[in-house]
Amino acid sequence: MLKIENLHVSYGGIRALRGISLEVPDGKIVTLIGANGAGKSTMLRTITGLVKAESGSIRWNDHELLGQPTDRIIGTGIAMCPEGRRVFADLTVLENLKIGAYLRKDRAGIQEDLQSVYDLFPRLKERVWQMAGTLSGGEQQMLTVGRALMSRPQLLLLDEPSLGLAPLVVQDIFSIIKKINKQGTTLLLIEQNANMALRTADLAYVLETGNITMFGTGADLLADEKVKEAYLGKHKN
Amino acid sequence: MKRNRIPQFFIIVGAFLLLLAVVLMLDNVPGVPVMLLIVLRKGAIYALVAVSMNILNGFTGLFSLGQAGFMLLGAYTYAILTVPVENQALVYQRYPNGGIGFSVTESLGRVLGQPGLLLGVIICLILGGIVAGVFAYLIGLPVLRLKSDYLAIATLGFAEIIRAVVQYEKLGPITNGSNLLSNFTNFSNFHLGSLKLDTVMPFVFAGVCIWVITLIINSTYGRAFKAIRDDEVAAEAMGINLANHKRMSFIISSFFAGISGAMLAMYQASVQATIFKAAMTYEILLIVVLGGIGSISGSIIAAFLFVGSSEWWLRFLDNTTVLPNFNAKLLFAIIFAAIVVSIVFLVVYRQNKAQKSRPEAVGRGRKILSLKLSGVITLVVGTLLLLGDLRFLISPDLQVPLLRSGFRMVVFSIIVMIVVLFFSRGLMGDRELPDLFRTRHKRL
Repeated sequence: MLKIENLHVSYGGIRALRGISLEVPDGKIVTLIGANGAGKSTMLRTITGLVKAESGSIRWNDHELLGQPTDRIIGTGIAMCPEGRRVFADLTVLENLKIGAYLRKDRAGIQEDLQSVYDLFPRLKERVWQMAGTLSGGEQQMLTVGRALMSRPQLLLLDEPSLGLAPLVVQDIFSIIKKINKQGTTLLLIEQNANMALRTADLAYVLETGNITMFGTGADLLADEKVKEAYLGKHKN
Repeated sequence: MKRNRIPQFFIIVGAFLLLLAVVLMLDNVPGVPVMLLIVLRKGAIYALVAVSMNILNGFTGLFSLGQAGFMLLGAYTYAILTVPVENQALVYQRYPNGGIGFSVTESLGRVLGQPGLLLGVIICLILGGIVAGVFAYLIGLPVLRLKSDYLAIATLGFAEIIRAVVQYEKLGPITNGSNLLSNFTNFSNFHLGSLKLDTVMPFVFAGVCIWVITLIINSTYGRAFKAIRDDEVAAEAMGINLANHKRMSFIISSFFAGISGAMLAMYQASVQATIFKAAMTYEILLIVVLGGIGSISGSIIAAFLFVGSSEWWLRFLDNTTVLPNFNAKLLFAIIFAAIVVSIVFLVVYRQNKAQKSRPEAVGRGRKILSLKLSGVITLVVGTLLLLGDLRFLISPDLQVPLLRSGFRMVVFSIIVMIVVLFFSRGLMGDRELPDLFRTRHKRL
């Protein structure tokens, strides 16, 4: 279980997060939705230690993560897919996946997980020797998710997996997210595509200019009038 | 893929042994041009430096220009440790009681003969590498926080500082100040029976080091280096500790630069701080860029081509030449004209292609204008050169114009410009030699 309490973060002189508290229970999909600049990505970057927090606490299975270096945090079973499909363009698909397992030493387990990633994304298996930079946008997104799974994470942090992808590919990605969750991985999903995110998530938080303004199950928020108006683009008639 | 790896390994080892045999033969057969041997020796050493620089610049994406400084550290460490005791008084004549009072190679050689001498050389080469690596560790702490150009400037500064410190008067009893260190153990001290090993030894040492570097590049660490090069943030998100890995890459690169510096000292049989100038780093950078950033075999090939043309093939350009008769003059004029015409043709052809492939974009008009302008300039310069050629042909004078001291560097720069223009990713891009054979197989 990931438990964040009263987290304050300033980022480039701007107070990006102003006292956030949220929980990600084991085995659930939790989503954090919000507009551009609400502080969603800062949130993930703070959890993984890429951004330093001012105050508050991030507890993961009763370990304090704040102040720990990123490689230590990743070693505790958290994996992250950064925003914008950051694949290693001049490495092959296989090499990208192997980098995902960088902190692991168990060769047999890595081979096993490689197989399960191929099962999840058959397209990647066809292209193991291809340079990652030559993949299509959707394939690159699949590769970043697969790469993150290679560390066999308990908690997977996804930063806007639907960004810039065609609607059909977005549906693919979200069905895979559900599949990953069914296999036992907890997910924290950050999205601008509120519609898809709320449909997929068990729990949802709405983030507005550094504050959590709403919280509920995915279905609850999907039905909420305010959310509909602000994030789903549906107007009251 | 895995199945292919073992035969490939044997092919490479076999090819390397064959190469060594050929080199050994060249070294011992009379009538082989001395220049060829010099190019082979220096080329092998430059290949190792270039590959070591490629670890950092090509595989980790850190733009560093400190290579000459680390080579200097390796060279001096090696030389100081191997000057035989009885020669130390002579070498350090300006510093009474100069020298360290012992010589690693000499002591080992006395006990074990030639194998001991070899062991001593290997130990001192490695120590040279280690000293360079230790300095890399120390300056890596502050310097590697810098990015791109700033890192380059900082490492360049470091190399210059090292060069100045080594020549410091107070360090004279050890470094011999700004004087030569010489008389130490070098490649010509080794013989196999009556066979000379002068050229084979640099090949063996460089070959082993480059093989180790390839192993590192293809290991998990090497993959992490490449990940950092491609995307630092994503690499960090994968749990790769950026600071540690960058420093490790810096140390490995400097270690091998140190070894190659020591080999350069052995090759020259003397060492002086003044040769390890920034210009040397630029030469190596040039080799790396020409060979292809991120290609080990590219660096090796480019190293030999570079040393070959700068030491040997282009030397004639520096000599004032008087041709024996009109026929020789005609031949010279025709060759010169052919080179000029083909260069002009290449440049104009490339610009036409660039214009055609340019998509309709903002600022298109201006770009085409500048392309046209450079095309016109090329044509004008080409015509002037041809007119000069014609004038030379009809004049009674038999002395070739242009050929004089310094012209070699002009031609060399032109060649470099052409390579950079037409092979913008270097000769090999980021591919390796075996990759080329692989694509050919596919085509068949």
